[in-house]
Amino acid sequence: MSTPNFQFDIGLDLFPLLAATLAAVGCGLLGNFLVLRKLSLMGDAISHSVLPGLVIAFLIASTRSPLVMFLGAAIAGVTTVLLVELVKKYARVEPGAAMGVVFSALFALGVLLIERAAVRHIDLDADCVLHGQLETLVWYGAPKGLGELFHPSNLSEIPRQIYVLLGMVVTAFFFVGLFFKELRIAAFDPALSTTQGFNATLLHYLLMIFVAAATVASFEAVGSILVIAMLICPAATARLMTDRLLTQIVWSVLVALLCGIGGYIAATAVPAMFGKDAVNAAGSMSVVAGGILTIAIIGAPKHGLVTRLSHSKKLVRKISIDDVLAALYRAEEAGQTVTTYSLKQALVGRAVDPAITTAIRDNMVERDQYGLNLTPTGRVSASEIVRKHRLWEHYLVENAGFAPDHVHDTAEQLEHLKTQPPAGPTTDPHGKSIP
Amino acid sequence: MSLLASIPNPLGTSSITEVHDQMPSTSEILQTLTFQSGYNTNLVILGTTLLGLAAGIIGVFALLRKRSLMTDALSHATLPGIAIAFLTATTLGFNSKYIPTLLIGAGVTGIIGVLCIQAILRFSRLREDAAIGIVLSVFFGAGIVGLSYIQANAASGSAGLNKFIYGQAATMQPPDVLLMGGIALAAILATFLFLKEFALICFNDSFAKVDGWPVSMIDLVMMGLVVLVTVAGLQAVGLILVVAMLIIPAVAARLWTERLLQLVIIAGLIGAGSGYLGSVISALLPRKPAGAVIVLTCSGIFVLSMIAAPSRGIVSAVVRRVRLRLKIEADHIFEHAYESSSNLISNTELKDLSGFRGWTMAFRWMLIRSMLNAGQAVRTNVGLELTNAGTHRGAQVSRNHALWEQYLMSYADIAPSHVDWSVDQVEHVLSQELVNELERTLSSRGITIPQPNESSA
Repeated sequence: MSTPNFQFDIGLDLFPLLAATLAAVGCGLLGNFLVLRKLSLMGDAISHSVLPGLVIAFLIASTRSPLVMFLGAAIAGVTTVLLVELVKKYARVEPGAAMGVVFSALFALGVLLIERAAVRHIDLDADCVLHGQLETLVWYGAPKGLGELFHPSNLSEIPRQIYVLLGMVVTAFFFVGLFFKELRIAAFDPALSTTQGFNATLLHYLLMIFVAAATVASFEAVGSILVIAMLICPAATARLMTDRLLTQIVWSVLVALLCGIGGYIAATAVPAMFGKDAVNAAGSMSVVAGGILTIAIIGAPKHGLVTRLSHSKKLVRKISIDDVLAALYRAEEAGQTVTTYSLKQALVGRAVDPAITTAIRDNMVERDQYGLNLTPTGRVSASEIVRKHRLWEHYLVENAGFAPDHVHDTAEQLEHLKTQPPAGPTTDPHGKSIP
Repeated sequence: MSLLASIPNPLGTSSITEVHDQMPSTSEILQTLTFQSGYNTNLVILGTTLLGLAAGIIGVFALLRKRSLMTDALSHATLPGIAIAFLTATTLGFNSKYIPTLLIGAGVTGIIGVLCIQAILRFSRLREDAAIGIVLSVFFGAGIVGLSYIQANAASGSAGLNKFIYGQAATMQPPDVLLMGGIALAAILATFLFLKEFALICFNDSFAKVDGWPVSMIDLVMMGLVVLVTVAGLQAVGLILVVAMLIIPAVAARLWTERLLQLVIIAGLIGAGSGYLGSVISALLPRKPAGAVIVLTCSGIFVLSMIAAPSRGIVSAVVRRVRLRLKIEADHIFEHAYESSSNLISNTELKDLSGFRGWTMAFRWMLIRSMLNAGQAVRTNVGLELTNAGTHRGAQVSRNHALWEQYLMSYADIAPSHVDWSVDQVEHVLSQELVNELERTLSSRGITIPQPNESSA
């Protein structure tokens, strides 16, 4: 590409883009159930271990017909799951180690067989297995304009991989749509699923066969690395965005779409802007997926880092104010005056100054020349907190068997909860009256 | 045989373009095995053996810390580092093919990858499996982008950076071998010095923390060794398969022993053995990717271990099952004979039984052999005749049955009509201590089961 400006060329760019996006969407859809069942790495394992199945199927049948390839992959996928179970059972190691043993051994076998196959001048190649050959998906009979896009003579030139990927995506959507209820129950509670009459193990194997099939369909075009990235990243991103399964699936498909298109642009158009040659699109899609996930980890509405930090900050502030109010209330009870200095002495580790500022602003506390005092509204809130504290103390001593001199610290934490302690008693274990 | 011949050989030798592998002669094999087939081959064999030794030892600790697959993410995350190091060296005008620079880059991004896993676990609700998968695929994708960028845009081309993916043991140089040796030595030294500490945090890290051990420090030493082995293994077996060198020997050793020191020694030996054998095989059969051959050799040792390991192996598990079943079936025969007060099991009875209990011919033969060998029965014309020992065994089983039945009825509140079946399962595995205990417990409730009167049988 000598021109620094990137031009979208239907013949050169449409199919790679389409293939990558299809692969991303199909894998992203299936990945939801892997991530939920803590099986993400099973996807990783299977996408490595279908390799020998693929090569053996090819060497036996001497054809690259999709059916043969899928058969080889499905057998390899199920074999992987069975072997992992076997290693787990006999070596008594964690599932991760068992997977590691099985998939690395099978992958090594695959690499060896590929080298054998390569000797026979067969266009299977270990590198292409990893990062695909998107650039080979050229539409030789590409139409000049959009109007000719669906002309029959042009459609016949569409590369086989596109059909295979399209078939995979449609089947995956059918599978998920048809077994949605079963997949959902098995994802959250496999034992319940089995007692309800949906065999969770069977469903598990079916899912693994689909993962293997998706891997194979994507192999030629985008390579195994994008398969792993798309099985895990979109679903993980979606998992941070929502708590509902259906919404999560929609999110994951959208993220996968975005990864496919964004990754392709990042691989072709962005280097072109700097006058460089295009880079590997499958790899760049994985990077985009990682970028989107990072954004989700930081900024997701409920489970994001920012939200959670601001929640915990708010909570810390509320606890500080609660403590200031309670301290003022107790001082009032005892007839002592309270100054900012004495509060700081009493409440070590709390942000006293901002708490006082907020309390004064909210008209809970007022400052006079002697020190700090509660306003009538402040007194109501403070009495509520002290009431909770003393009720909790009472509860802990009477019902939880704590010694009276050990309850203060625990009650100090419980008083900030929204949960109400059981009402009724009028004095706390130390003989103070409960407001 | 003709059937086999009719199936086309999957590895096909019919193609014209096929270059036939020549089976190496015995003398060639011996030469290679004994380091007499040339300087370069010797370097490779020595290097991979040392690598296998180091990886085997360190893999044990990764396995016990449940970090097997984290090492996979680590090794995949080295790729962008290699690309970045190459580009940086090129930009700064250094020799971009200088291996140590590339390996340092690899180590740096590998460590960043591991830190990212920790960060994802710490700051999001994603679980470890997802975190590992994310780091693995995203970092590797970044590496692929880097490599393709170098391939397309750098003046010198990718310059064989691909070799780090699948490994290229044949390019091993004396410094590489020294590096492997150094790491193997470090692994042995660290194990020797810190075995107690490693064991402590592998088996109970919270206790170690409470007990005041510098857990994160020790963990760092272990993780550092894993990073060293991974980076050193990149050239030899490649970043996809280096995880196999760490995991497989450790898991294989786990089949052989339960003691940590033995585990470390066996895993080290398996790792070294597969490095040695694998590189010898790939030296004898050229054009085979050495990394894959080494890993497959290792897997072969693993499969053998899985089949033949003394107590956890498949063979011993099968033997145990058959023994138990023999015992149970024989128990039933003796019990039945004792309870029906007859010393004779006729041939027709045996035949009926074998249909009813689903014995195969072989099992029936073994069953009868075991009874004869134990001197509990003798063969006569009409069938099997119980000896005194046989009658005694029947009486014991029958009494155990009654004891357990009484126990279930009086302590577990199971209805008398429901106990028989579950007792049939348990009566065979009651130890003498348990029988004594049952006698004591039951007699405290005033229930006694009389010792069998064997002469009446």
